[in-house]
Amino acid sequence: MEEQKLYTILVYSENIAGVLNQITAVFTRRQVNIESLNVCASSTPGVHKYTITCYCTKEMVKMLKMQIEKRIDVLQARYYHDEDIFMLESSLLKISTSTMLENLEICRVVRHHGARIVEVNPTYAAVEKTGTTEDILSLFENLNSMGAVLQFARSGRICITRGTREQLDDYLAEREQERRLCEKD
Amino acid sequence: MMRALQHEGVKTIFGYPGGSIMPVYDALYDYTRGEKKAFDHILVRHEQGATHAAEGYARVSGEVGCAIVTSGPGATNTLTGVADAMLDSTPIVVIAGQVPIAALGTDAFQEVDLVGVAQPISKWSYQIRHAEDIAWAVSRAFYIARSGRPGPVVLDFPKNAQLEMVDFKPEKVNFVRSYVPYPQIDDEAVREAAELINNAKKPLALVGQGVELGNAQQELLAFLEKADIPAGRTMLGLSALPSTHPLNVGMLGMHGNYAVNLKEQECDVLIAIGMRFSDRVTGNPKTYAKQAKVIHLDIDRSEINKIIKSNVAVVGDCKASLPAITALLQKNSHTEWRDSFKPLDEKERQKVIEPAIHPTEGPLLMGEVVNAVAEATKGDAVLVTDVGQNQLFATRYFKYPKNRSICTSGGLGTMGYGMPAAIGATFGAPERTVCCFMGDGGFQMNIQELGTIMEQQSPVKMILMNNNYLGNVRQWQDMFWQRRKSFTRMMNPCYELVAQGYGIPYACVTERKDLKSAIEKMLATKGPFVLECAILEDDNVLPMTPPGKNVDDMMLEVKG
Repeated sequence: MEEQKLYTILVYSENIAGVLNQITAVFTRRQVNIESLNVCASSTPGVHKYTITCYCTKEMVKMLKMQIEKRIDVLQARYYHDEDIFMLESSLLKISTSTMLENLEICRVVRHHGARIVEVNPTYAAVEKTGTTEDILSLFENLNSMGAVLQFARSGRICITRGTREQLDDYLAEREQERRLCEKD
Repeated sequence: MMRALQHEGVKTIFGYPGGSIMPVYDALYDYTRGEKKAFDHILVRHEQGATHAAEGYARVSGEVGCAIVTSGPGATNTLTGVADAMLDSTPIVVIAGQVPIAALGTDAFQEVDLVGVAQPISKWSYQIRHAEDIAWAVSRAFYIARSGRPGPVVLDFPKNAQLEMVDFKPEKVNFVRSYVPYPQIDDEAVREAAELINNAKKPLALVGQGVELGNAQQELLAFLEKADIPAGRTMLGLSALPSTHPLNVGMLGMHGNYAVNLKEQECDVLIAIGMRFSDRVTGNPKTYAKQAKVIHLDIDRSEINKIIKSNVAVVGDCKASLPAITALLQKNSHTEWRDSFKPLDEKERQKVIEPAIHPTEGPLLMGEVVNAVAEATKGDAVLVTDVGQNQLFATRYFKYPKNRSICTSGGLGTMGYGMPAAIGATFGAPERTVCCFMGDGGFQMNIQELGTIMEQQSPVKMILMNNNYLGNVRQWQDMFWQRRKSFTRMMNPCYELVAQGYGIPYACVTERKDLKSAIEKMLATKGPFVLECAILEDDNVLPMTPPGKNVDDMMLEVKG
């Protein structure tokens, strides 16, 4: 069987209700698990951006891309390897203040991982860490093994591409030209 | 809504009223009579029937079929038709009532999340929440349904939007930013395709419904004739190339013609035109046409490499891509290759076709009934089938000299499709004879549409091939499940009384000698007709490629 790899799929859609449903349905039908998902408005007004990661074969990711793009309100879908993108995830950890005071190693681990303490009060400290999945999980596992973690939250991946061309802008410009032609007819 | 539908050129609406669509039906009252008359409204007897009728209408006319139903059960009843239209690329627009937006999500009476359930089985589905969106949404719906690879669109229409008052401002959507219905054809791919074809010794074309949907029948002929390429057709593409054309080598697939199935495994260049390599065509895709270079012409990019990897993919409308390739083709002749089909054809004719269409003893066979109807209609009729053995025999033995001559449920395989689709076909092609072949199973799956036929006096020539079995499943049970006939034998009603109840002329044939005259009587009778034929119980469709097997494992007879 062909090797499964982690792919990041970037999808841009019109801001119309129900598009997310249609995108995730493509994964469900092809029996691919979504590892992480981030949806937000993109820098282009009226365009939504979806960052989706999943493990699958190259053949599968191509198929996913086509079937996502086939949905009427989807503008563009592209897939990337980790080396093609700048990416990060954020996380928040809630740490018991008393445990932290008892075990000074905890603070050292937080500093060592480049995490930031956002707030401390008598009951807990809120720690923020941004980085790759591995960085974040390594911090969490370290702190968790010391029994310090009360809560842990991790975001989906966000990314920007390394390429020098903005493919969405190119696409939108092309379509704008096409629209003008249609109007003329 | 009425004005918006009028603006889209809708003439015939298949529908069924209900609580949440009453404002629309109230408007329809005016728009179907008197000076405002714009539409014929056909009252069906079940909402599934409305969608299949819209499909039949669309298939034969090339226009978008339209169905209007109420919310809740009315809407869910259309889903089979919507899924059917999705798989078979049939342009229909379904407009369903919905509870007012204030009640959405509250489990209100007859509320169902139609957009949610329709999304994965429709090309587009949208909720029109306010009256000012109607003109835009309807125009967008028809544009999406008919353009590119056609398909079903579902409009969910809450009651508040039906009751709100706005001035109608006509909209004409002919552009959707996120949707490219006709991809630009890649010249390089065209050049590569032409080169492969020019160098081919044994080219074989596979013609699908895309040719018919793209109205590219003439372009196809020019392409095939210039390079002298034999062509098989998929079930849905049967009338895209006239049956009588010398380059036509028959139907593809599990129960298609023998020669073309074997030759798929021998050709050196395979040219798929507007077809999607359904598993009913390819058999085992791992062994399918491995020796051949594959050229795939399709308007839908997501079909490329989905099942069969292609060496060259020409994405775009075949109405444009076929002439582009033809222009680069050398005039060619492949007589020897084409002649090599003949001994296989002859083998099939002797072993399968002759015994099926010209039997001399025993009970009636489905093949001979279809053949007799095909001969009597002289190729002028539209064929509508239900699903099962009736469909396979009918598609095999009917003749298609004219384009847009077949309505059948290919992808979804919807039993019960035939009768309502045939009603739709009589409205889509009123000048043509519509012959609808059904088995006793499928006839009963939408039997209530006899009521529509009665009311409309739709001239549907219904040929009920009754073998007292769900024949296709029975055939599989006999061939692959140790003859354990699990719930395939069916007790049937007296169809004569059923037809009588609906006031539809009826005849029954049990003896071979009476077949021809009964068919003549059916065709001479104005309006609808039910012709029941008593068919041999264990009549089998052959040849057959067992499911999942290689196409060249096709069997000409049932062993053991």
